[in-house]
Amino acid sequence: METDTIGLICLDEQTEAGDLIPMLQQHQKEHGYISEECVRYISEKLKISENHIYGVASFYSQFRFVQPGRHSVRVCLGTACHVQGGTLLANEISDTFGIQSGESTKDNRFDYEEVSCLGCCAQASVVEIDGKIFGKMTPDKLRKNLKTYE
Amino acid sequence: MNEYKEIREKALNQWEELANNSIPIIYLGTASCGRAAGAMNVLKTIEETLEKFRQKAHIIQVGCIGPCYLEPLMDIQLPGKPRISYANVTTQKAEKILQACLKENDLLPKLAVGHFGEESFNSQSGIQRFFDLPMLKPQVRVILRNCGLIDPENIDHYLALDGYQGFINALESGPEKVIHEVKESGLRGRGGAGFSTYKKWEICRLVESDEKYVVCNADEGDPGAFMNRSLIEGDPHAVLEGLLIAAFAVNATQGYIYVRAEYPLAVQRLKKAISQMHQKGLLGKNILGYNFNFDIRVMEGAGAFVCGEETALIASIEGERGIPRPRPPYPAESGINGKPTLINNTETFGILPNILRNGGNWFQQYGSHGNTGTKTFSLVGKVRHTGLIEVPLGMTLRQIVYDIGGGTEKPFKAVQTGGPLGGCLSVAHLDTPVDYESMRSSGSIMGSGGLIVMDESTCLVDLAKFFLKFFRRESCGNCNSCRIGTRIMVDTLEKITRGDGEPRDLAILKSVAEAMQKTALCGGGQTAPNPILTTLRYFLSEYETHIHEKYCPAAICSRLFDYQIITDKCTGCGRCVKVCSTGAIQGQLKEPHTLDISRCIKCRLCYETCRFDAIIGVPTKQPYFNESLIELTL
Repeated sequence: METDTIGLICLDEQTEAGDLIPMLQQHQKEHGYISEECVRYISEKLKISENHIYGVASFYSQFRFVQPGRHSVRVCLGTACHVQGGTLLANEISDTFGIQSGESTKDNRFDYEEVSCLGCCAQASVVEIDGKIFGKMTPDKLRKNLKTYE
Repeated sequence: MNEYKEIREKALNQWEELANNSIPIIYLGTASCGRAAGAMNVLKTIEETLEKFRQKAHIIQVGCIGPCYLEPLMDIQLPGKPRISYANVTTQKAEKILQACLKENDLLPKLAVGHFGEESFNSQSGIQRFFDLPMLKPQVRVILRNCGLIDPENIDHYLALDGYQGFINALESGPEKVIHEVKESGLRGRGGAGFSTYKKWEICRLVESDEKYVVCNADEGDPGAFMNRSLIEGDPHAVLEGLLIAAFAVNATQGYIYVRAEYPLAVQRLKKAISQMHQKGLLGKNILGYNFNFDIRVMEGAGAFVCGEETALIASIEGERGIPRPRPPYPAESGINGKPTLINNTETFGILPNILRNGGNWFQQYGSHGNTGTKTFSLVGKVRHTGLIEVPLGMTLRQIVYDIGGGTEKPFKAVQTGGPLGGCLSVAHLDTPVDYESMRSSGSIMGSGGLIVMDESTCLVDLAKFFLKFFRRESCGNCNSCRIGTRIMVDTLEKITRGDGEPRDLAILKSVAEAMQKTALCGGGQTAPNPILTTLRYFLSEYETHIHEKYCPAAICSRLFDYQIITDKCTGCGRCVKVCSTGAIQGQLKEPHTLDISRCIKCRLCYETCRFDAIIGVPTKQPYFNESLIELTL
């Protein structure tokens, strides 16, 4: 990755320590994950150590440090989804693809994450695929749905 | 004042044009919950159908109006007729309704759930009023007054409905009067702890500083709660107006809204709303010609539950790990960058415009003494009518669960209030009024307002484990009692739910929970043991059954029961045979099926699929292997 491409994210006078998290977020939005180059670049820009940046980034569950899959699957395991059988959906993914939360499939087709709550509790159980939310999911519906993603 | 009159006049004109519509208006609920139910597909169908009919119509995407179980909701307002609502609209249904309403002038009273007009329209149309639905009738809409009714992305809609009038009143009357009005209203913080709002303001106002901050806490991390999301998605300007009022009262110059990363639509709507405010002169220097400067920045959370705690939230805004610090000093004295910082919950800000518009006394008419006003709750779980509700404080749980929620399908077992840090209350508590003090004395908390209803198919030991696991994952790890306490409690609950529970485990759970309550640093750690303590207090027998009889009555803890088919209830429909992936269920159509336990992996699919309650969990007959004992002998 070129520093130039990362440089773009810093153009709007972001130079305070308080801008660290928004900068990481913007970078992840564009590149999918936090790369080593990104950390090095921000470290120089904000004059804080790389260690410190890793310390902050690893505290927040949003940030990932490996390349994501082609499609992101997030199963909600909030309280409402738990009560309505969200665990069954999580089991469906781990049984079908043999992956756990935070991992990607070998062919890099899906990356998978279990999340605490997507805030669509009245439609529980909920699954989010590539940012699109599907409500009232069952393992059967999920299986059929995932087949449409290549 | 004149500037405000000008922008409001324009907005009113636009609103009136819409009210006296010459072409049909189609409203569609496209908040996150509506989208989860498929509203975006319906939107596409509406656009295509209108194209096909060559029919002109306004399509307005509105926020959540409350009864999420009816989503997606599509409303049609024909010229000269009130707005009529249709529920659970699929793409096919949408086409059918549009065809009938637009082409045949048939309002399909059988499909309609309610209208928004006068009561006299009832007999004319054969449709009842929307707000007379059993779920909506006992509710009072103050905070949610605009949600689902206006276009949240159009500031003129908000302005036309007295928007920013409360802020104007504040500007006219001066900061002391504003704080006095808030004091008069008796408003308490809606984030959960119930601290007097005006007191916090007074402290922050009196601290001398060149810079002060106001922060809106929209880091709604409680799983099972979505009140803040719905409010921001449905009426972002209400929250922003509240922020302006608070900033004016404490003399702040910069505002932040800290929103969860999981709420992209809310973030998008806030950003749009803020740019509209700049255009109208409601933000920036010399707002509306008054000597008041203020700006608002949206900060996205990065996925940490603990950042809902105010000191952790400040750390996060400063670009640090979201770890709480001891108080005092309170943020009102020393917050972001050491400057005085006023932090309130999203809902508190959402109420403020109403108080400033109508007066503190007006607000007192709702609720009970010491617990004034209304509060929003997300009513979810096993109730029939799930959704976002707003009720006066002091309403009983029974009214909420049964009158508004419509009760449960299977017998009611428990209701969890206050999110993962709250407690599970049993049938005996159904007549408890929902207010700050009553909730606390029953061992739970009001919290931000998640209400999760559970019936007999929920295992409370498993649920306590779920909450503690959640908190173990989210604990920032700063203080020992929380880091180690959650670990011990989760391990003990794991042990009980896999069938290795011993009687002394209950004492361990209790003592660790109590120790954590007393010694944890932040409000999160102190309340995290609540689910354990309340379930131990009100559902002790369920723990005992798990430990002594090695049986899970709700058929959740997979090692502690076997599935069985009740032949009398089984109709032989074959649905369970289809879903069973291991072939454990066999049987001919229309004849009772059989279940081979040795092949059953307890995936629960058959249990969830059966419509006749013919599949139940019974105590297991298979000899039970205690793995820890095997390890010992090896």
